[in-house]
Amino acid sequence: MSEDVFIIGAGIHPFGRTPGLSGLQQGVFAVRQALGATGLEWRDIQFAFGGSDSAGNADTMVSELGLTGIPFINVANGCATGGSAMFGAYSSIKSGEFDLGMAVGFDKHPRGSFSPLPADWGLPDWYGETGLMLTTQFFAMKIQRYMAQYGITPHTLGAVAEKAFANGVLADHAWRREAVDIDTILDSQMVSDPLTKFMFCSPGEGAVALVLASGKKARELGLPATRLRAVAMRTRPPGSFEVFSPALDLERGGSPTTVASKAAYDMAGVGPEDIDIAQLQDTETGAEIMHMAENGFCADGDQTQWIAEGRTRIGGELPVNTDGGCLACGEPIGASGLRQVYENYMQLTGQAGARQAPGDLRLGYSHVYGAPGVSAVAIVER
Amino acid sequence: MPDLPIPAIADDLLTPTGDGVRLRASRDRESGRMIFPPRPEADARFDAVLLPAEGTLWSWTVQRFRPKSPPYAGSDAFEPYAVGYVELDGALIVESRLTGVDFDALQIGMAMRIVPLPFTLADGDVRTSFAFTPAKGAQS
Repeated sequence: MSEDVFIIGAGIHPFGRTPGLSGLQQGVFAVRQALGATGLEWRDIQFAFGGSDSAGNADTMVSELGLTGIPFINVANGCATGGSAMFGAYSSIKSGEFDLGMAVGFDKHPRGSFSPLPADWGLPDWYGETGLMLTTQFFAMKIQRYMAQYGITPHTLGAVAEKAFANGVLADHAWRREAVDIDTILDSQMVSDPLTKFMFCSPGEGAVALVLASGKKARELGLPATRLRAVAMRTRPPGSFEVFSPALDLERGGSPTTVASKAAYDMAGVGPEDIDIAQLQDTETGAEIMHMAENGFCADGDQTQWIAEGRTRIGGELPVNTDGGCLACGEPIGASGLRQVYENYMQLTGQAGARQAPGDLRLGYSHVYGAPGVSAVAIVER
Repeated sequence: MPDLPIPAIADDLLTPTGDGVRLRASRDRESGRMIFPPRPEADARFDAVLLPAEGTLWSWTVQRFRPKSPPYAGSDAFEPYAVGYVELDGALIVESRLTGVDFDALQIGMAMRIVPLPFTLADGDVRTSFAFTPAKGAQS
């Protein structure tokens, strides 16, 4: 019989730009805040999983946190780094081997777009040299085709960004905290057609730490807790359309998101109709729209109506990206997936302040996607 | 087989033909699945094949800012360029620059064919890369 696993505390270093602190130091800040929220000390923690994409080795944090000798495992899994850290922590407790551990993710990226090197992704140099290896191009071409297939218009793309910035105003950890009206979004500089500047998130900085505990430990501590009903991480199936793809198969298939999503629903024994709040990967507005369908919340093409009716706003029937998501928080790769879980934890335990979604929130869903085709989904229950 | 007048940007990418270039690819002998970029020639599990010269535009965008270097090796002087995926019948959907077409005229489903594309490197040297351009006389 495997153990139940709970999140019993969370900490965050505000996202954005923090010139005075390294990514690693922001990670330490998040760990200390999470410990502070639980009343636990670092010496109580039995193990940790952590990682960043470009801000160093997570396990070096022990020099600031304390040399307690615990196993601290570094995770490097691209955009799924945070999700994978949580998967590791979750599995460790579920196995019964440990009953109190942490998952931490942090990052600090330079300004501007990511600049990946082809060899790191198993690709020839010419692909990068000739200007084809950009995440922004992939996002643009995926939504461009999706819009043509399902009749989605630029106005719907703009409405998603408008919602993100409106939510960001209410979230004290968000980077962009000013509302932006839809005309400004639609008329802003075109970056990669059909996506304008305000429709893309930016690489940034930030850190998140979560404290995970066994059911027994969680009951003993009596802290606000959400149970992890499912944590699933999957790589891509045949026929998917991924970032950094010089070619695609003619026979089209699903996506790592559809596969991870189904696995998570199966594990939790719930369906999309049971979910009360969702944090979906929104590196740009098209991604949020497509991920609504890939995660089973609506049929392809129904997003136009959903968004026009405000169903994904705070107060709607399925609030999506209640802290403004990547669009308002930016994307520090190692921290981003854990921020989504942090947000669901805060919402489900009623600690989300000005952005608190109304009603009785029972099930929260989070989804992160990254190169070269990985998705991680977590379902938490209050 | 004629040589390219300007050296290719990579050794195993392009094959010159009478009227232009074709992309090299690999076909899995067992499953028949096509793979691009091609596998090393020494890999006996694959046959070397050339991709079709013509297809239809599957999706597109415009690269409106200069990509970071590295990996981008183009000159500092930057002009926005179109990028797309072109569906090649019976083969693959290939990512490529698009050339010889106004950005406003790009449309999913339009007929395209491959052409050699001179690509100027940051140091001024020129290499032959590839692009797709609207197919003349094709029915779209």
